[in-house]
Amino acid sequence: MRIVVDLNRCQGYAQCAFLAPDVFTMHGDEALLYNPYADDTQRENVARAVAACPVQAIMAEGLDVDGVDGLSARTVTTGVR
Amino acid sequence: MSGNGSLEALRRSGRIVIVGASLAGLRAAEALREEGFTGSLTLIGDEPHEPYDRPPLSKQVLLGKADADRTALPRHRELDAEWRLGVAATGLDMTARRVRLADGTEVPYDRLMITTGVRARPWPHPLEAELDGVFVLRTRQDAVALNRRLTAVPRRVLVIGAGFTGSEIASACRELGLEVTVAERGPAPLVGALGGVVAQVAADLQRAHGVDLRCGVMVTGLEGDSAGRLRRAHLSDGTTLDVDVAVVSLGATRNTEWLAGSGLGAGPRGIACDAGCRAFDIRGIVTDDIFVAGDVARSPHPLFNYQFLSLEHWGNAVAQAETAAHNMINASADRRPHVWVPAFWSSQFGVSIKSVGVPSLGDEVLIAQGSLAEHRFTGVYGYQGRVIAAVTFDQTKWLEHYQGLIETAAPFPPPGTTVDRRAEGLRPVPADFPDPSLPTHGPTVTLSGYSPTDRRITFTPARA
Repeated sequence: MRIVVDLNRCQGYAQCAFLAPDVFTMHGDEALLYNPYADDTQRENVARAVAACPVQAIMAEGLDVDGVDGLSARTVTTGVR
Repeated sequence: MSGNGSLEALRRSGRIVIVGASLAGLRAAEALREEGFTGSLTLIGDEPHEPYDRPPLSKQVLLGKADADRTALPRHRELDAEWRLGVAATGLDMTARRVRLADGTEVPYDRLMITTGVRARPWPHPLEAELDGVFVLRTRQDAVALNRRLTAVPRRVLVIGAGFTGSEIASACRELGLEVTVAERGPAPLVGALGGVVAQVAADLQRAHGVDLRCGVMVTGLEGDSAGRLRRAHLSDGTTLDVDVAVVSLGATRNTEWLAGSGLGAGPRGIACDAGCRAFDIRGIVTDDIFVAGDVARSPHPLFNYQFLSLEHWGNAVAQAETAAHNMINASADRRPHVWVPAFWSSQFGVSIKSVGVPSLGDEVLIAQGSLAEHRFTGVYGYQGRVIAAVTFDQTKWLEHYQGLIETAAPFPPPGTTVDRRAEGLRPVPADFPDPSLPTHGPTVTLSGYSPTDRRITFTPARA
């Protein structure tokens, strides 16, 4: 699964680093490091991270939101504009 | 094509060719489909890979936290496009509306989008650049090669040039536990982008993390052994360094050579275009069928005195591609200007550096919040009495506020007070940008030897 984060938009809230720690990690207080490729076992965590990002900076390709509680399809498919 | 009928025909069954298959090219293609373009779409790219993201290459990839081969950009939608990858465009015939490719074929178009971007400026001595151990970092292939060498634990890495890429590479090397020397001909890292006041913090960060930072020096030569492996670097202050890896990070060159002689207004400074992303031809007349976006474009920005800005920024590539795509398939009354406020980020030595506006236009800087000494602050740049830019070190959340001040041409220094204002934030100081018209190192002549027969004159040329 391909991932890109709009780091102009990212403000270092670190929600993604809590929800998908194998993909997103904080590097220092505010800088985000992420793996632009996550394998399928991370799908649900990444979907949660995308949905929880307060500034909607994460875009992940081909997320199927079915089965992830509390996510609206819009949030996941839109990601970054 | 003119008139509504032909515009409709263009949208329905026209031929759009995009030269440059990286971030801007991909996002332009997606935007065209998003806006209802159903004609044929061809993307041409000189690299054999589908569009991939470059910022990770100097950060998580070097740190071994991501794979260089796996930074392909996620897609917003299906494209239904023809991809011509691994083949460079070599020429343009504006009259016949055809793009020539390196394999001898030609691709006809009704509308052309140019997103050919930039490439790393190579080491100026071709023989030295060929030495095993001399690298640049721009492409996936560069990253794979550099990564392999760093994994083999070189004795010392020399980073030539302390701009953003060079500084990020130095940061990754230190985190990997490698010895690293940074040679920068200016007075501090990032000085051209952020000015001397803020650049001093970048210098502190490097030294605090164990970088052997040497400013005010140039690398005058790279020396190899008989097997062609890099062994030594010579510096303008007369010192030599034993190194087995050198990363040349001296900025970028625009990919416009393929347009030479085409009649398009393209050259070493990029391709000039209007705020609607339409390229100028060499006569200064704007074309109506050739559009430009991303690093290769140079366009006037109303907020910055209509100066033509070249922005090698990730966000600019995305925003300009979307505007260019929109304008390409809409009538003039419906076109939009590209008025994206410049913004970029860098992360190095565990600090998130972000910027909005154009700091290098600023003549003064005010540390409006936080403190330089703590490496956590917001610097606001003023130009002719208005706010022109802001830079944060680990204070991202304030940036949006300052973007608003830039957009509304708020007075500088900004009136009122802010949270966490310190003594150093009471008044602005000169931002201390180097004058770009003055070379940091003019040509120098040195004399060596003592007896008349030994006396030698060495000429060290100035470098751009």
